[in-house]
Amino acid sequence: MSRELPAWIDIGVLPALNILMAFVVAGLIVLIVGENPLEALDVLVAGAFGYPGSLGYTLYYTTNLIFTGLAVAVAHHAGLFNIGGEGQAYIGGLGVGIAALSLDTVLPGWLVIPIAGLAGGLFGAAWAFIPAWLQAHRGSHIVITTIMFNFLAAALMVHLMVNVVIEPGQMSPQSREMAEAVWLPFVHDILGGFGIEVAPSPLNVSIFWAGLACIFVWLLIWRTRWGYAIRTVGRNEKAAVYAGIDPKRVIVVSMVISGALAGFVGLNELLGVHHRLLLNFTAGYGFTGIAVALMGRSHPVGIVLASLLFGALYQGGTELDFEFQTITRDLVVVIQGLVILFSGALAFMLHPTALKLWRGWTARREAA
Amino acid sequence: MVDLAEFWLLFVLTLDATIRVAAPLILCAMAGLFSERSGVVDIGLEGKMLAGAFAAAAVAYVTGNAWLGLLAAMAVSTALALLHGFACITHRGDQVVSGVAINVLVAGLTIVLGIAWFSQGGQTPPLPQGGRFQSIAWPFAAEMQAVPVLGQFYAEVLSGHNILVYVALASVPFTWWLVYRTRFGLRLRAVGESPSAVDTAGISVTFLRYRALLFTGALCGIAGAYLSTAQSAAFVRDMTAGKGYIALAALIFGKWRPVPALMACLLFGFLDAVATRLQGVEIPGIGQAPVALIQALPYALTVILLAGFIGKAIAPKAIGVPYVKER
Repeated sequence: MSRELPAWIDIGVLPALNILMAFVVAGLIVLIVGENPLEALDVLVAGAFGYPGSLGYTLYYTTNLIFTGLAVAVAHHAGLFNIGGEGQAYIGGLGVGIAALSLDTVLPGWLVIPIAGLAGGLFGAAWAFIPAWLQAHRGSHIVITTIMFNFLAAALMVHLMVNVVIEPGQMSPQSREMAEAVWLPFVHDILGGFGIEVAPSPLNVSIFWAGLACIFVWLLIWRTRWGYAIRTVGRNEKAAVYAGIDPKRVIVVSMVISGALAGFVGLNELLGVHHRLLLNFTAGYGFTGIAVALMGRSHPVGIVLASLLFGALYQGGTELDFEFQTITRDLVVVIQGLVILFSGALAFMLHPTALKLWRGWTARREAA
Repeated sequence: MVDLAEFWLLFVLTLDATIRVAAPLILCAMAGLFSERSGVVDIGLEGKMLAGAFAAAAVAYVTGNAWLGLLAAMAVSTALALLHGFACITHRGDQVVSGVAINVLVAGLTIVLGIAWFSQGGQTPPLPQGGRFQSIAWPFAAEMQAVPVLGQFYAEVLSGHNILVYVALASVPFTWWLVYRTRFGLRLRAVGESPSAVDTAGISVTFLRYRALLFTGALCGIAGAYLSTAQSAAFVRDMTAGKGYIALAALIFGKWRPVPALMACLLFGFLDAVATRLQGVEIPGIGQAPVALIQALPYALTVILLAGFIGKAIAPKAIGVPYVKER
């Protein structure tokens, strides 16, 4: 008789059931506010894929979520819960903005863009480095410090935007527009260059960078010594020490990589779409990254799929505002919370029942 | 030149504002104290408070009764606390993830329900007179106003708050008494340090932690009701704006003890009151007062404290670890 669940139930059926429960509860909430859940789902899907350009929007949101989802995942492999993706993305964007705004008139665009990307990664990494170092060397709990660093990032950005970066003569706190040379090319423009007409959307080349980041994370975690060290520390810190791994270094390195990944959100948002530095461009992507990582089980393939789902929800959610009197895109936040609840906190709720059913089934099969 | 009397008045008014701002923090910090002392991390203070604020405003608006609003807030917040318990006590899920889930869920749900029920963009309509907690003037407060120093202190700082402010202040000795002077409190502290010892003594870890969460839920609910039915007269989206996290910071700052946590709440409230007062004020030599940076101080102080640079914050030993009974 088998004592453990087979892999296909453990990593296939149970997570699917958890997500299904999240959507069923969300459907019940739609029912409570007096709308038809199936109709809402229809609007979500149509909004995400149905009209020209909607797929582009979906993929543009997906790009952000891949970055923040990977960020949460890399830290998670080291046993760290990085709630600071929002702040790291914000400060990463500051790095992107500073680099682009100070160099866009001096250097050619093809040189400024990589520098800005590097700056975004570095700034995000630096913002994650402090909580990581404090956790490793001073024992301050990373969950609490990264939460605090989200607020510190927000305060710092308000201060900088209002007092330093603001375009003179402007009322709203945002920087001047960046020179067009440093704008990331839009995917619809590139395709247009090949004679393929697609509807315009904010989707830009940073999605390819997100794809590379996925491959990088996969190689890092499962194909390098560093990844082995990260996973070992995540599984059992004490055992890692006996294996000659220094958990302090692993904590710092994995958080720095995590922060850098979150920092790339600035690339998509600022160089890709807004073309200026502004407030609140992170719009909760850091927190959605938590749901994405949990749903994708911290694996790049899962994260891409989960990002796609949430990207579609983000984009489809904007349609809810138009189609319904009573439900808005805020429903997506509810779904996000339910996904974190069911596939994170309650991940093992169905486990004992599934195990019992599976044992019963195998026992009966053996008896027969 | 600011003379002494004027300075005193300014000080008294700031102190008055401090208490108003600190009241929900105090309630929330005491709430967190129960949960965390029992060994359950509570990142979800923010969400429970927000849910409480919404429930209080919604019910107070419909019934026109602030007390019913308060009850609804406590009920909803307690239900969320029990959900937290269901996830991380019964199913041994990750306590931090569960707290985050509650915060995100409530942030969305309050708006979805608010729009569906009141169709005002996620707000509730302004509450009628009876739906609010009014400020209570202490005897002779108006007359005492004329008396310098002590009279002003009496009239501005002690008198003139609504009942929930006094509830918040009373929650501190209540918590202290419950945690340090009762059998339940002794067991609560023990289960946060060594659940297996409590289990060996034949006391249910699960039941004890659930009871602790009931207090957490009730107190968070009062904090939420304070925001929407006492401090202001309606619910607006995201009206907690990080206060739950500040309360958590105050709890850590107070080293998981009621009186030091109260002091931390008052300090954070004071910083907030000062920051509001400094809005747009020119300070000689510095220029415009950096309000955003003053508001960031509680977060920065907490990080510095956690790093052990100003004293050491020692958490309950068993915090964050789900208890697995030996099989």
